[in-house]
Amino acid sequence: MRLPCPYCGERDSREFTYRGDATLTRPAVESEMADYVYQRDNPLGWHKEYWLHTVCRTWLAVERDTRTHALGPVSIARCERVGS
Amino acid sequence: MRYSLASVLLNAVSGQSRWSPAWRSPEPAAHYDVVIVGGGGHGLATAHYLAKHHNVGRIAVLEKGYVGSGNVGRNTTIIRSNYLLPGNTAFYELSLKLWEGLEQDINFNAMVSQRGVLNLCHTDGQRDAYVRRGNAMRLNGVDAELLDADQVRAFVPFFNFDNARFPIKGGLLQKRGGTVRHDAVAWGYARAADRRGVDIIQHCEVTGLRIDKGVVTGVETTKGFIGAGKVALAGAGHSSRLAAMAGMRLPIESHVLQAFVSEALKPMIDTVVTFGAGHFYVSQSDKGGLVFGGDIDGYNSYAQRGNLPVVEDVMESAMALWPALGRVRLLRSWGGVMDMSMDGSPIIDKMPVDNLYLNAGWCYGGFKATPGSGFCFAHLIATDQPHAVADRLRLDRFAHGALIDEKGVGAQPNLH
Ligand SMILES: Cc1cc2nc3c(=O)[nH]c(=O)nc-3n(C[C@H](O)[C@H](O)[C@H](O)COP(=O)(O)OP(=O)(O)OC[C@H]3O[C@@H](n4cnc5c(N)ncnc54)[C@H](O)[C@@H]3O)c2cc1C
Ligand SMILES: [Zn+2]
Repeated sequence: MRLPCPYCGERDSREFTYRGDATLTRPAVESEMADYVYQRDNPLGWHKEYWLHTVCRTWLAVERDTRTHALGPVSIARCERVGS
Repeated sequence: MRYSLASVLLNAVSGQSRWSPAWRSPEPAAHYDVVIVGGGGHGLATAHYLAKHHNVGRIAVLEKGYVGSGNVGRNTTIIRSNYLLPGNTAFYELSLKLWEGLEQDINFNAMVSQRGVLNLCHTDGQRDAYVRRGNAMRLNGVDAELLDADQVRAFVPFFNFDNARFPIKGGLLQKRGGTVRHDAVAWGYARAADRRGVDIIQHCEVTGLRIDKGVVTGVETTKGFIGAGKVALAGAGHSSRLAAMAGMRLPIESHVLQAFVSEALKPMIDTVVTFGAGHFYVSQSDKGGLVFGGDIDGYNSYAQRGNLPVVEDVMESAMALWPALGRVRLLRSWGGVMDMSMDGSPIIDKMPVDNLYLNAGWCYGGFKATPGSGFCFAHLIATDQPHAVADRLRLDRFAHGALIDEKGVGAQPNLH
């Protein structure tokens, strides 16, 4: 599997560190914290997830099909967070 | 027909014509008292122990593929009970005890082989951790022996003991651990359950749960609706999909784990060994193939195949420990979808929907748990009370902070 880093181009997946579900938002209230930390949608199909490009230190938000590893849109996670 | 010397002899003189199918293939009835979803090792074991020990009426196991098509037929067959933490130790020890009597119980040769499991250590810190683990095991009545470097050399002399980077400093040995033929476990439990009247329905996928005012009343399947007094989920890597049918999320991610088999070789290794400095563990099957594996691929996956970086990592680790493997050819590799829980330990519990039960979160180690899991899950389904050795494997432990995290890495399934 190869992932496209917007800065470095398409790179081997070994250069990246997987950081899990990218759809979670840290809750403001304590009562929702356990859900945030532990509960996952774990979809069969498209999954939005973080990958850290360990080489250039950029966090990416990647959409990937968990059945085939086909890739959808890839964005720089920081920009997405600020923009939203 | 009961399998015995007499049945073998009878068939020997009658042209092998007296055998009957190991289990029936019935059409589903309209209603069962208990419907078990998932005909893997855990679902079938649950059916067997339910039918044997509890009087719950009619039972069905619904399997979307064929019996043995899931992880029960994909694992590397290792059994052991070398766990450290309360909640795991007693549970896995019950399971190991059940393995020891399994073949008589289910009248099926599962080739249970207590050839020992040796975990190698390569640093002083790792040895300290194994001393602690071994002591915890012995305090709980589980067998454990700490071997020093010379004892390891005498036990498995063919490894690389001159590796300057990963010196073998010793190992933790559980002699009662070993291997079991995984297909035979699935077939044996299926046959035993069938003989007690359980309907095993293959190629029947559950597509939905019917829930009426907070009570589950049946399952929608590719063979139509099947009513149920109780529904028990044992879908392993697909557990999150089943929970989603009840509108719930689980503390689980699905990840792929790969396994490898070499060409058949003369006997090379008569035990199970795990390399402590990299991701590699190995045993040898009775056909002669070296059966080995490593770590999960590390990202969510429902693909029953893995990617190449892990293949390379496993081969590198193999060469570091056992250079003699360099000229051995790989025959096959495959993958299975693991239900990786957030603390690395399993869940056997009731769900927030009435009459709905969950058995999940087995990670890469659920094969050894098969008998214990079935035994305790059957107890829970029949009595609505957790079995004493499984009463910490609760679904709500995550919210309460009562995690059972053997590795201490937190809510990162790809690190367990
Ligand atoms: C490569 C590999 C190596 C492993 N090595 C070991 C090892 O050495 N030791 C060890 O202890 N463990 C090991 N494991 C883990 C172990 O195999 C699993 O934890 C265990 O088999 C899971 O339980 P099961 O047997 O019930 O799963 P499965 O056999 O996967 O059973 C689940 C069943 O549910 C069915 N199902 C899912 N969804 C539906 C639906 N909607 N409707 C109907 N049926 C459905 C599936 O088809 C499947 O047959 C390994 C796993 C893998 C993949
Ligand atoms: Zn980059």
